[in-house]
Amino acid sequence: MDDKRQWPLYEVFIRARGGLDHKHVGSLHATDARMAIDHARDLYTRRQEGISIWVVPSAAITASDPSEAEALFEPARDKIYRHPTFYDIPDEVKTL
Amino acid sequence: MMAAAKNVARLLYRYVLRVGDLNLVLGQRLGEWVGHAPALEEELGLANVALDLIGQARLLLAYAGELEGRDRSEDDIAFMREQGEYLNPTLVEQPNGDFGQTIVRQVLIGAFQSELYERLVDSADERLAAIASKAVKECRYHLRYSSDWLVRLGDGTQESHARAQSALERLWPYTTELFAEDDLDREMADCGIAPRLSEVHAAWSVRIDALLAEATLDRPRDRAYRWFGKQGEHSEHLGYILADMQYLQRAYPGARW
Repeated sequence: MDDKRQWPLYEVFIRARGGLDHKHVGSLHATDARMAIDHARDLYTRRQEGISIWVVPSAAITASDPSEAEALFEPARDKIYRHPTFYDIPDEVKTL
Repeated sequence: MMAAAKNVARLLYRYVLRVGDLNLVLGQRLGEWVGHAPALEEELGLANVALDLIGQARLLLAYAGELEGRDRSEDDIAFMREQGEYLNPTLVEQPNGDFGQTIVRQVLIGAFQSELYERLVDSADERLAAIASKAVKECRYHLRYSSDWLVRLGDGTQESHARAQSALERLWPYTTELFAEDDLDREMADCGIAPRLSEVHAAWSVRIDALLAEATLDRPRDRAYRWFGKQGEHSEHLGYILADMQYLQRAYPGARW
């Protein structure tokens, strides 16, 4: 993995428009964060997909361990009372 | 009165060709990196810049066609002219060389374009002003892209520094032409259509000096000799570019897909 010929990997997050949150859209290689922004602009916003870009070194992300998935996620399965399905959502609320 | 207006239109036609050909030839040249760039991400970056340049060329050459009044389209003008009718500065037809040489060329010409367009926005010619205000935003990004790279290479390893410096020495003599005011430049400035090149030069120089300082590169000395690409006298490289670019339309006139 630690191939010196490869530039470091960055994860890219794009905000599509004001009021929305940044969404993960993919990853790319770059030598530094500023170059990662340029590349993200060229790769992921060519068709007006966004108004703001975040980049994060992939190495800075800590992921949950798939082998622990049962312990982490299974217990939530039978707790339906946690779902907010008992409210009526007003029509005016668009981006909930 | 009519004759004078006709004369301005003819001069404006040549001036618009100058700006348009700069974009067309540079865009074609830069497009040669597709399939050869050092990283996939850079390939897209360079291709994006090239396509922006071709887009600017289309707007300008279409306008030139209208000014000329011979019913020629942007394609006719791009594909059916001879080498001596191209009015791009000699710098933009220079080979890509290594990545460093491409970056140096893009910085030198990108800073020129930015300074030019920022002033053409106020041109007495409304159409040119409108094209410039669209193009200036693209050019600001192009310059950001190339100047970031210039700093990385210049202030990078010993080898990248040496290559960037030698590309600078090689390409610097071609910058003289950009600012050498000829009759056409003078006429356009007198009409308020184009800025004074001395003013563009001063602003360019300040920008380039700051960039070179950041990139730890030395500014080469100006030389007296200058090229005349913008008057149609080109280096040997343009012919090869045109052969590549025009082949299809010459072999199959009017071909579309």
